[in-house]
Amino acid sequence: MLAKTLSALLTVLLGVGAALLVYWVLNKIAELLPAKWESRVKPYFYILPAYLAIAVYLIYPTILTVINSFKDRFSREWVGTQNYSDLFASAAFRQTLLNTLLWIVIVPAVTVALGLLVAVLADRLSPRSEKLTKTIIFLPMAISMIGAATIWRFVYDAQPKGTGQIGLMNAFIGMFGFDPVAWLQTSTLHLNSLLLMVVLLWAQVGFSMVLLSAAVKGVPVDTIEAARIDGAGERQIFFRVVVPQIKGTIITVFITVTITVMKIFDIVYVMTNGGFNTNVLGNEFWNQLNTNFNYGSASAIVVVLMVAVIPIMIYQVRHFKAEEAAA
Amino acid sequence: MTSSTTAHEVAATPTAGERTARPKRAATHFDANPAKAGWLTKTVLIVLCVAWMVPLFGTFVTSFRTRDAANSTGWWTIFTHPSTISNLTLDNYDKAIFGENVDMGRAFVNSLAITLPATFIPLLIACFAAYAFTFMDFPGRDFLFLLIVSLLVVPNYVAFVPMLKLYRDLGMGGTFPSVWLAHIGFGMSLAIYILRNYMATLPKTVIESAKIDGASHFQTFWRLVLPMSIPAVAAFAIFQFLWVWNDLLVALVFIGPGENEPVTVGLTHLKQQLGQGWELTTAGGFFTMIVPILVFLALQRFFVRGLTAGAVKG
Repeated sequence: MLAKTLSALLTVLLGVGAALLVYWVLNKIAELLPAKWESRVKPYFYILPAYLAIAVYLIYPTILTVINSFKDRFSREWVGTQNYSDLFASAAFRQTLLNTLLWIVIVPAVTVALGLLVAVLADRLSPRSEKLTKTIIFLPMAISMIGAATIWRFVYDAQPKGTGQIGLMNAFIGMFGFDPVAWLQTSTLHLNSLLLMVVLLWAQVGFSMVLLSAAVKGVPVDTIEAARIDGAGERQIFFRVVVPQIKGTIITVFITVTITVMKIFDIVYVMTNGGFNTNVLGNEFWNQLNTNFNYGSASAIVVVLMVAVIPIMIYQVRHFKAEEAAA
Repeated sequence: MTSSTTAHEVAATPTAGERTARPKRAATHFDANPAKAGWLTKTVLIVLCVAWMVPLFGTFVTSFRTRDAANSTGWWTIFTHPSTISNLTLDNYDKAIFGENVDMGRAFVNSLAITLPATFIPLLIACFAAYAFTFMDFPGRDFLFLLIVSLLVVPNYVAFVPMLKLYRDLGMGGTFPSVWLAHIGFGMSLAIYILRNYMATLPKTVIESAKIDGASHFQTFWRLVLPMSIPAVAAFAIFQFLWVWNDLLVALVFIGPGENEPVTVGLTHLKQQLGQGWELTTAGGFFTMIVPILVFLALQRFFVRGLTAGAVKG
């Protein structure tokens, strides 16, 4: 254990030291150049390591994944669009795609709405209660998805009828004489998918609340007073005065949560492993890669996901350009 | 959601003139009576807080219960039958952390060895890049930055297959640096985005006067911009720390089970090997939560300021 700790510590120091050294060396090289070249080259030196990391881990893999999605399971032979037609011919995959879309439609919107609700309501409490409330809502952020999944199994657990229930929801409905329900195996109206979404909501609302709360507190008081003098009701003030002024933050939170949702994997993997019609693209990718050992199919799944992301990407760039123009 | 403000509260709103005479709270409120929450507000918040805490609390109680108790009765039994409180035990923590099947102690060290560099190195790299994007002029700057913004939405799945092959060719599969580098790559675009947003809000005059005084870019960066960016740096540090510490997918792909596995991977074993052994998973789960909760509580105040500086503007 001690040897392990020491070797881990050594690796950590070496890693961080190497990163620092890179910049020191780059800076020295730039200073050796003639002054004119130094100022020309320096900006590129400063962004070089960042771009190397992005090129190796995002740009290069994206290109390669697109290529591999047209090859067979071992990435040897070209198979044309076979992987895609196989995927879309499978009813299970279409369902997986639909489930992922459901997650994307529901979770970001509800996260923003709940986060805003808590931010606005907690703002009226005394500072101490406000802090406590926010800390409680934020706490799940510190918990891993797998930890969260463990926690929520105690809520959704179902035991056969007649035995003692250890899941909170079944114990609760049992008090009113209802039979226990196998929550995570009930796919009627996507109930189980919705229950899995609740776990992610529980984990993410804190994040949205923190950002939105800061935005709500930043709304200038005069705009609200002016609306009030003009006889606006509280509801009107909220939707016509406050919401437009915090729109930027709402969009930021919305996009960030959407990105998280698209990648969702852990919760589904741990709680149902995609069974009972709860599968999502992230989990399906994992299964193709590690259960079916099919690189071609796994790559095609990622490409489908990336295509789904393109509208967000375009929106993101437009939003940034508009922000720059306004600044 | 604002219906808690009753009619008489609105009527009691002081006029603008009176309002300015009163000492204002630092924050801005749009409520008629900011200091007082109506009963509906309080009820909604209490219900939400209870809903948020109950699952966590139930798991916490379960982590002290014996396997038989956890598998046969609900955790709330300790309240309905207070006599069972004496059955609570620390055994689960002992078994989960020092047990023979899964070595969570070792996984804990691994997690630290993975998380610390995977937090600091990308932060350092991103700070330099954000500085260049904010305070330096060079051809292609806007295009290069826009590329980073658009890459924010590329899921990290894309990298798994190609990187596994590359790591295998380089013989670095399963090592700590393989995960560090992965987290550096995956976290980079968000880090640059957040840090640049923050640095753009710093007063340009201070930086310009430093330049006039003959400070080099390197000096301006180390002595001026970096210290002034502490809130954003701390915010992103927490973000990246929580993210890497709690990451399961990247760890499963690049490290997998074994000697170097972090706590998240260890936790999945606890489940698989012991099946319905709830009690070990819960104890192991709480064990893994200690560090992120401490980090979060200690640096909480930075989190808000640093992340919102760029975003709140809009």
